[in-house]
Amino acid sequence: MGNITLKNVSKSFGATIIIPNIDLVIEDGEFVVFVGPSGCGKSTLLRLIAGLEDTSSGTINIDGRDVTSEAPGKRKLAMVFQSYALYPHMTVAKNIAFPLKMAGESKEAIEKKVADAARVLNLTNYLERRPGQLSGGQRQRVAIGRAIVRQPSAFLFDEPLSNLDAALRGTMRLEISELHHQLKTTMIYVTHDQVEAMTMADKIVVLNAGNIEQVGSPMELYKTPKNLFVAGFIGSPRMNLIEGAPADKHGAKTIGIRPEHLGISRSAGEWKGKVGVAEHLGSDTFLHVHADGIGMVTVRAEGDVGVSHGDDIYLTPDAAKLHRFGADGQAI
Amino acid sequence: MARAVTTQHKTIATAAAWIVALLIFFPILYTIITAFKSEQEAIQGFSLIPSGTIESFREVQAQSGYFHFFLNSVILSVGSTILALIVAIPAAWSMAFSPTKRTKDILMWMLSTKMMPAVAVLFPIYLIFRDTGLLDSRFGLMIMLMLINLPIVVWMLYTYFREIPGEILEAARMDGASLWGEIWYVLTPIAVPGIASTMLLNIILAWNEAFWTIRLTTTEAAPLTAFISSFSSPQGLFWAKLSAASTLAIAPILIMGWFSQKQLVRGLTFGAVK
Repeated sequence: MGNITLKNVSKSFGATIIIPNIDLVIEDGEFVVFVGPSGCGKSTLLRLIAGLEDTSSGTINIDGRDVTSEAPGKRKLAMVFQSYALYPHMTVAKNIAFPLKMAGESKEAIEKKVADAARVLNLTNYLERRPGQLSGGQRQRVAIGRAIVRQPSAFLFDEPLSNLDAALRGTMRLEISELHHQLKTTMIYVTHDQVEAMTMADKIVVLNAGNIEQVGSPMELYKTPKNLFVAGFIGSPRMNLIEGAPADKHGAKTIGIRPEHLGISRSAGEWKGKVGVAEHLGSDTFLHVHADGIGMVTVRAEGDVGVSHGDDIYLTPDAAKLHRFGADGQAI
Repeated sequence: MARAVTTQHKTIATAAAWIVALLIFFPILYTIITAFKSEQEAIQGFSLIPSGTIESFREVQAQSGYFHFFLNSVILSVGSTILALIVAIPAAWSMAFSPTKRTKDILMWMLSTKMMPAVAVLFPIYLIFRDTGLLDSRFGLMIMLMLINLPIVVWMLYTYFREIPGEILEAARMDGASLWGEIWYVLTPIAVPGIASTMLLNIILAWNEAFWTIRLTTTEAAPLTAFISSFSSPQGLFWAKLSAASTLAIAPILIMGWFSQKQLVRGLTFGAVK
């Protein structure tokens, strides 16, 4: 079981309020991603759940038990840190065995569990090595191994892939998702990378300045962002947010249109513009267009669109996919 | 760009370094040489070649019982170091990993006690020792040596601990380690190089401490510093014997320093280069 409930949780360091007031329910077995820009309080929120920081007010329940004032080790949670935080003086086997040793398990039980975890994570041949002798990906796997042997109620991941190179990040992303399918244990994952959030999450929690902006499935957030912040944060390339006359026409303070929802024509369309930079990715081409009276607009076009720097083109937003936002920044 | 160093420059610099090193080491060297001379040779004038007699060493041991003082030095320096570590490891842990607004001030205050002349508190400390029956006791002196070196031990350990990523200790906490488990299984083994060099330095400082060890002891707890000082006045004219006594006093720490120099340098530069 791994239900986690946060009620009126707040956190401040002295006079600085990091998290004003948060209510959140995480269901058993869910893969929840906390996403937001740097300093939005996502890591602090994770550390509050872990017990590494004390809450300033509010309660945290895990499986119906109030753990607000319990020590981290007593919460039945396992955490994977950004820096891996392996014990440098211990071998891989001892690193993985450490939480079991602290729990006072027998030597035989520890050996069996370590061997099982090593097999699942392809670490069997590295058990006698020290962390310093491993690659980044292997270290990350050891950190995950140390987490899974405890059979925790939930796993907490604090930006675990940000120290890896792009290729390895992709592989590890898949491995963690695969692990979630296998274990079916609640996972809370913190990242500033919205691609990781979109690809891994069952549920995304978008945070900004310590407040939850929106909670929902990746596609919910993508299709129906509740406000300007979520609209601008979720999706890559970012949604085009346009103010002024084009927005007035749609009865909104701001309109948003995703790059893939803009039609291109050489002869006619709603907005006229000149292509600035064209980024060819093979499958897609991202066009950065200087649109008259609007400013820079990003367009996702086919890989072989045949448009390049300096071309005059016309853009037409797909009216059905247009997002409208009021003066308060909320979706209309 | 690398600086160009010619062979000639290198030779001159090396020769200069050797000369300076020899000048600094010469008094110790001459003491050792004199220790292996007879009394007559010693007063005859400057000579770097001793006859090699160990008569002076024999006489020193026969007259004053070197091993009693040696044993006291070992007990006092090692004992005070262990006591200091027991107090300083948790203190440095809390300052490094759980600092408050006042941590820096406390560290400065601790260091400031080292700036005070020891003689300023001689009278009160002497009276406390006298009234509590700690005069000339190994235990009392061990506490005294521990206290005077504690600021340095805390500072050194604090510096080493600061280099250890806090996330490793947090991982231990998540893994169910208690506070002592965290310090015992994770922090201490990682900080071994730092702790070892702190230990070595503290042993050396305690071994060489001469102000309190001379003033608070007479015979029972007297270490080698007291041995030399008591030896120098009656035997002041017997240079060979005095040199033999000095050699015996510095030899253990010199040998220990020689063997542990790698560890000491490593510990003292801990964290300076990644």
